[in-house]
Amino acid sequence: MEAIFFIILSIIIIFSSMMVILKKNPIASVLFLILALFSTAAMYVMLMAPFIAAIQIIVYAGAIMVLFLFVIMLLNLKKINEGGAVTLKILGVIVAGLMMVVTAVVLRSVAIPADSGFLRSSPEGFGTVENVGMTLFTTYLLPFEIASFLLLAAIIGAVVLAKKKL
Amino acid sequence: MLQTAIILAKIWGVLLTLVSLAAIMTWVERKQSAVMQDRLGANRADVLGLRIIGLFQPMADGLKMFFKEDFVPARGDKFLHTLAPMIAFFPALLTFAVIPFGDVLRIGTLEIPLQIANLNIGYLFILAFGGLTIYGTVLAGWSSNNKYSLLGGLRAGAQMISYEVVLGLSLVGLIMVFGTLQLDIMVKKQGELLFGFLPAWGIFLQPLGFLLFLPSAIAETKRVPFDLPEGESEIIGYYTEYSGMRFGLFYFAEFIEIIVLSAIMATLFFGGYQIPWLYAEGFQFPWGWEWNLPHLLVVILQIGSFFAKIAFFCWLQVLIRWTLPRFRYDQLMRLCWVNILPLAVLNIVLTGLVLMILN
Repeated sequence: MEAIFFIILSIIIIFSSMMVILKKNPIASVLFLILALFSTAAMYVMLMAPFIAAIQIIVYAGAIMVLFLFVIMLLNLKKINEGGAVTLKILGVIVAGLMMVVTAVVLRSVAIPADSGFLRSSPEGFGTVENVGMTLFTTYLLPFEIASFLLLAAIIGAVVLAKKKL
Repeated sequence: MLQTAIILAKIWGVLLTLVSLAAIMTWVERKQSAVMQDRLGANRADVLGLRIIGLFQPMADGLKMFFKEDFVPARGDKFLHTLAPMIAFFPALLTFAVIPFGDVLRIGTLEIPLQIANLNIGYLFILAFGGLTIYGTVLAGWSSNNKYSLLGGLRAGAQMISYEVVLGLSLVGLIMVFGTLQLDIMVKKQGELLFGFLPAWGIFLQPLGFLLFLPSAIAETKRVPFDLPEGESEIIGYYTEYSGMRFGLFYFAEFIEIIVLSAIMATLFFGGYQIPWLYAEGFQFPWGWEWNLPHLLVVILQIGSFFAKIAFFCWLQVLIRWTLPRFRYDQLMRLCWVNILPLAVLNIVLTGLVLMILN
């Protein structure tokens, strides 16, 4: 049963991720990206991490992608230039290749037990709100606080840049 | 097998109740506006001369929607134009899945929790799917290929994103008090008593939280006094280019949002299905009286109280909609960011302080 859901979700995620870069219409790309992020949230639910799934939808599929959509709608991009400079293409290939190397290295370092099947079972109450909260405010308190300061700085920076007169 | 059947029955029951309540709500809205404006109101639709105070009107409306011309702007995006009302409609229906409408029903050895999905993240689920309705409105504005629709869609997007922030913050205090996001535990905790006589409803624990939640939630449904995205009286909003059943879906989604919002308010702040001093065995009044009731009657009373609370809040929202004039856009944004947001943060700090002192 789990395997069937996993396969269906994987197909949706891979297909929509492909469509993000294959579609010429930027609005369609954004919508496929939303679909990909949404299905990733479903994947988190299958991994028994409902809190991460909810945050994935609220933050990525909800807030951030709406802003993407806003910008693209206002720019009203109808067509994107075909072709483009040759140097850009070469650069693109190099960057993509490097990304692939990094991903491969990271994936190799993760040990996956041979008998795990499609999904590894996680300990009881693994991704619940309580457990994530406990970990976040005990073990990872300092990184959490630093991240919040970073966000505050970004907000202040955005306001200062956007408003000429304060 | 039996479990699957029970779950399916619950889903169908909730779905049918929700949709028929929404249909009745269209009638309530018209009737209430008629009462408030000293008119007779919707009473033209009749079946064989029978009018039953205009209750056939929702059916007539539905039929009209189906037979109207289904129009898509010539240079608009046909696919997205069709998809947008569906995206607006679907999350509104889905949020009801986590709301408990009754306690556990026991038939013999069978225990049926009267809630479709008891999620650990209950409240976050509502926020997550509430946030997705933005796509419906923004895409509707864009796919119509109409400047005014696009502007309406942008107004809707900006308003809903802004109010989502305060909507989330205004309820943090409540989550701190109950110590959980799970809605059925929240409701169970509201069945306890404060000082031995007052039901521990959210409204008594978080009065400021409720005062901040109500306007933000009404702003999320995009109704008067926050109806700038659609501009109903001028028709210059995001669904200007919609007709027929596509418009019908937007219209219907609005009423479902009203009902879901009422259900959320009842669940979080007014004890959900709880009736003061009613326990699983029957009434136990603080002045010492006891009145034992059979289990089935208690369950029926609880479901009844939940729907009575929903009906009250639906009526309250209709009342607000026909009483207040519309905000200006800068007033709307100022209300959100300058007035509600600091108060919501203050509420969180105060709640934290009180909890610290009590512990």
